Amino acid sequence: MHELSIAQNILDIVREKIPQGEEALVRAVRIKIGAMAGVVPDSLAFCFSAITHGTPLERTALEIINVPLTVHCKMCGAESSIEQTLFFCPSCGGFELDVLTGREMQVSEIELDDEEENRP
Amino acid sequence: MSVITIERKVLEKNDEVARQNRALFGQHRLFVCNVVSSPGSGKTSILERSIEHLGGRLKIAVIEGDVQTDLDAQRVARYGVPTVQIVTAGGCHLEAALVRDALKNIDLTGIQLLIIENVGNLVCPSNYDLGEAMKIVVASTTEGDDKPLKYPAMFRNASVLIINKIDLLPYVPCDLARLRSNALQINPALTVFEVSCITGAGIPAWCEWLVAQSTRTV
Repeated sequence: MHELSIAQNILDIVREKIPQGEEALVRAVRIKIGAMAGVVPDSLAFCFSAITHGTPLERTALEIINVPLTVHCKMCGAESSIEQTLFFCPSCGGFELDVLTGREMQVSEIELDDEEENRP
Repeated sequence: MSVITIERKVLEKNDEVARQNRALFGQHRLFVCNVVSSPGSGKTSILERSIEHLGGRLKIAVIEGDVQTDLDAQRVARYGVPTVQIVTAGGCHLEAALVRDALKNIDLTGIQLLIIENVGNLVCPSNYDLGEAMKIVVASTTEGDDKPLKYPAMFRNASVLIINKIDLLPYVPCDLARLRSNALQINPALTVFEVSCITGAGIPAWCEWLVAQSTRTV
């Protein structure tokens, strides 16, 4: 259950970027999570809502962008999307693979409402 | 509505401290391994047998990570190596800052090998760089031969696999060849050792590898 500490790290990055008075304007935080990042998206969303509850960020949605595991084959040069448990090149069957994407765990974007829209 | 592009790693603070740890290890020409496994696979027993077998050939220090108690540090300290216990008090993995703080309690002068025994957990520790040279994953025969397929990220991120409890193979439904091939399917670059902490089988080969890594002139 390291999703709580990951949620806390995400919150720290958001608070670093957004001045305190504008936190209520944060509509969504977009996170890229790779297939091999070892993070359970639902748990992460739950932890994020738990730690923002009762704060100006409590209505902020944590939107998770799932990044597939893709690899480059050193044997035939093909780039493919693969399953974590089938670590070989679908084109040539080679086992010498470089991971291109799938390890990501990063804060990608923050979406803000404009102040005007928020005024009654 | 406006969108701010951030593109920052969630664990960038941990990675930064890990870089500092790695620089410190480099200054001391220290070989550092981060030993990971599920609870009860025998990480501490492997440490004990290894220190015993090496018998002073390497200057070793140990950092023990556990959720509670310093029982593991007590076990290892009996062998006369500097040992520091990190109690995470519920935390499911070690972080680079915990290791940095623990290092303040170890005199690294002359140490050749630092073994960091992580909290027993095959998921979370794979995300947290501690500054180690490599991760060593332990899988025991009692856990079954499908562990690598269930926890692929950990086996992919490790450089070495130690298969422990091979003395129990006659009694447990674990196919050693299948365990090996499942692990190598996830990570063909894995160096694999098969050991038993009860009979001592395989411990010498593993220890020779440790000596070679720790005394390599860079």
